[in-house]
Amino acid sequence: MAGRNGNETYVPEGIADEFTQGAPASGGPARPDGPGRPAAPALGLVGTLRWTWRQLTSMRVALMLLMLLAVAAVPGSVLPQRNQDAARVIEYLAEHPTAGEWLDRFGFFDVYSSVWFSAIYILLFVSLVGCILPRSAAHYRALRGRPPRVPSRFTRFPAKAGAVTDASPREVADAVAARLRGNLTWLPTFRVDRSEEAARGARPAAETVSAERGYLRETGNLVFHLALVGLLVSVATGQLQHYRGQAIVTEGRGFANAVVDYDTFEKGAWFRPQSLVPFSMTLDRFDSEFASDTVAFAQARDFTAHVTVTEPSGEQRPEQIKVNHPLVVDGAKIYLQGNGFAPEITVHDAEGEVAFSGRVTFIPEDTMYTSRGVVKVPDVSPGLDQIGLVGYFLPTAEATEDGSVRSAFPQPVDPLLVLEVYTGDLGLDDGTPQNVYELDTASLEPALDEQGQRVKVLARPGETVELPDGLGTLTLGEDLPRYVALDLRHDPSLTFVLVFALLALAGLTVSLFTPRRRVWARAYTGPDGATVVEVAGLARGDDAGLQAEVDRALDAVPGDVRQPDVRETRAPAAPATPDRTGSEKD
Amino acid sequence: MELANLSVLLVWGAATALAVALIAFSIDLSRLSGARVEARDKTRERVAVGAGGVVDAPQDGTPANGAPGPVDRRFAGVGMSVTWLAAALLLVAVVLRGIAAGRTPWANMYEFTVVGAFVAVAVFAIVSTRRDVRFLGAFVTFLGTIFLVTAQTRFFVEATGVQPALQKYWLVIHVGVAILATGIFTVAFVTSVLQLLRDARDNGSPVLGSARWGWLDHTPAPAALESLSFRLNAVAFVLWTFTIIGGAIWAEDAWGRYWGWDPKEVWSFIVWVVYAAYLHARTTRGWSGTRAAWFVVAGYACVLFNFTGVNLIFNGKHSYSGL
Ligand code: HEM
Repeated sequence: MAGRNGNETYVPEGIADEFTQGAPASGGPARPDGPGRPAAPALGLVGTLRWTWRQLTSMRVALMLLMLLAVAAVPGSVLPQRNQDAARVIEYLAEHPTAGEWLDRFGFFDVYSSVWFSAIYILLFVSLVGCILPRSAAHYRALRGRPPRVPSRFTRFPAKAGAVTDASPREVADAVAARLRGNLTWLPTFRVDRSEEAARGARPAAETVSAERGYLRETGNLVFHLALVGLLVSVATGQLQHYRGQAIVTEGRGFANAVVDYDTFEKGAWFRPQSLVPFSMTLDRFDSEFASDTVAFAQARDFTAHVTVTEPSGEQRPEQIKVNHPLVVDGAKIYLQGNGFAPEITVHDAEGEVAFSGRVTFIPEDTMYTSRGVVKVPDVSPGLDQIGLVGYFLPTAEATEDGSVRSAFPQPVDPLLVLEVYTGDLGLDDGTPQNVYELDTASLEPALDEQGQRVKVLARPGETVELPDGLGTLTLGEDLPRYVALDLRHDPSLTFVLVFALLALAGLTVSLFTPRRRVWARAYTGPDGATVVEVAGLARGDDAGLQAEVDRALDAVPGDVRQPDVRETRAPAAPATPDRTGSEKD
Repeated sequence: MELANLSVLLVWGAATALAVALIAFSIDLSRLSGARVEARDKTRERVAVGAGGVVDAPQDGTPANGAPGPVDRRFAGVGMSVTWLAAALLLVAVVLRGIAAGRTPWANMYEFTVVGAFVAVAVFAIVSTRRDVRFLGAFVTFLGTIFLVTAQTRFFVEATGVQPALQKYWLVIHVGVAILATGIFTVAFVTSVLQLLRDARDNGSPVLGSARWGWLDHTPAPAALESLSFRLNAVAFVLWTFTIIGGAIWAEDAWGRYWGWDPKEVWSFIVWVVYAAYLHARTTRGWSGTRAAWFVVAGYACVLFNFTGVNLIFNGKHSYSGL
């Protein structure tokens, strides 16, 4: 099949290297794809190992592993993944108890860190290294080798050209050689050998040029593959050393870069606490902008957190954090990941004591910032129940048909707090850690009105309202502080990841677009005393620019140049003189 | 009239033009099928030896010296002109859309599809100035028409600004290069499909052997198609690699990590790996030629899924389709 569809390259006699084979630059012993591949091993342990290694580093296995990698990556896009959305994994497990359990057992909810996914890419990289190292060595030898000598006959080459001139064969060959080398002495286009051929049989003595270009192709290819290895190693190192913390900060407040100050903190196995530079940060103000035109009503347009950073040295400076523009402090990047309202709520109990006072973070549930929050009021005065409040903060309240309320715009145009009231045991005292954003109503009683409906407490900024059943009062603060959710990450490998990625891109480009060509020229004195020049070209694989390259070389011929007449150029090639290696047969 | 509406009208105009070009190219192909193929074997031989690819393969049965030949290719000429017209209309439509929205005009699925169709049509038209690729016309205009009609009827959203996560010059680079790559992958895919069809016909496939598929004899030999497809795929692959790297750099700033196996990232990775496998297959003994062409088909299927399926089915961070 390769014969029909692949690149049928002409193979001149006496030249048998990777250049003239359809297959890529072969890494010698490491890439036995050809017919010479050892058969199944009857070779003992060492033989078996060697056989396995050769299989693993063969092109065919690399191909299989690549396809396998593509297939193995699919389930991670179909099934929910823990590292992205743990809640959806739990949901999925609840909906599909049996299948879910099995999928979980085989790592389908952590595909990209699963044993099987890792096995595939590790095997692939082992194969890659095993393939690249011998190829690098072979390429190093090739770089120090010389272009192959001039073939005895040019007749069957895919690209050829000829001319007749009055300049001497030596002048002609020198000129062609110079053209092929190009203008840059430090980076010749072609590597060129000039030499002479003695007369042999009917063929006269000749000046010859043999030239080869495109070593960069293999160089690029090797750089590309090695850069992939570098990329993998840097990503892995980053995973081991990184840390990431999340904190919610309200306007006017701050936090310090210390493990205890984060709401959640996650780190790699090689993380050292010293890599947390102890700066601190205050959120001075948070600005948001939303579209108010009809087409994109209420779409977010801009978020800006104005902060003050205090370095460990005590130096202070104002900064901004925007979506897309993280703030970099001491090598750590701080991202603006979310925002919302944290209104100030004060609850006085039935005795008139302050039972709760503080900012409560309300989490937006839709694009209009209909935000949900929870207030847990402990029993300050003896003998009273604990109070749980749960409900919504609406920046712009709007009543809907079914009597419920929701927000109609993300900015505080007409703010309203709507809470349901529970009493009983909040479970604050038994010491188990609680989710501050959830109210466990299992051991709580809702407050009901005469019709048996749940009482809703409504409050606007600056208002104090009565809680039902004489539980006390609730006050909503006059101003509505905003909060931001910040995400702080430090990954020391970022620069390496970027450098290796760009190296891979550069190597790839060079390797895909550098042509590999050989050009030969021969100049000799023809029967009529004029100098006959013949040029032939050969490319690795198919190459549309080959003939142009040959013509360019011929253009360099000095003197009074004319087209050869057909008999003249054919004459020297016709006699079937065996060439120096004696390999030629007719 | 408002610019945004004018843009929409122009897209419809381009879709119509492409449909007309499709008809013209189809008539051309059917005429070719009717024509006798005298020099068929000679043609193939020249291509195989010449190794110069498509350039020296006569596709229309006319002698290379331009003397009047057996087949009238006037309809292909009409198709080509109308294709240029469609490309021009699309270019204006895209520019107007950008002005109307006040930003780069490729930030959602609708715009991506329109610009992608433009790139595919433009790549085809530009390649046609350098070599005879009229045989691709019917297929490229067919896909272009489908893309545009789908965009107008399924993906349409009003022209407006974008959310903060998209406000960055990376929108221009990352998405722009992705569209370019997709457009080139499209033309390469068409070439590989032709290669497979032609190969099957040459090998005596009972279905493709019939007279209706006679135009296949006027396409270049499979080896020449393979080489054209490879050159396009190589360019597109480099662009795709850059798309992924650019996306990662942007994600590092916008989402706080450069790679997170978000569905879009997963599928971009899959596309990349499949095309990498294609490049390996080409140089693996026993896998070049026809088998390698199947990798292009698989790769392009992944490209399409990455664009449609991932945007519409999965919910990931790339939910910018506005649908
Ligand atoms: C992570 C795994 C790999 C990836 C993503 C990959 C990707 C690529 C790509 C994109 C190319 C084409 C561009 C170029 O020529 O530089 C290529 C070429 C090549 N790869 Fe790989 N590769 C991988 C592993 C391997 C392995 C394991 C081998 C050896 C068994 C290998 C051997 C080669 C060879 C010989 C070429 C050159 C083909 C030619 O002459 O054009 N690669 N690779």
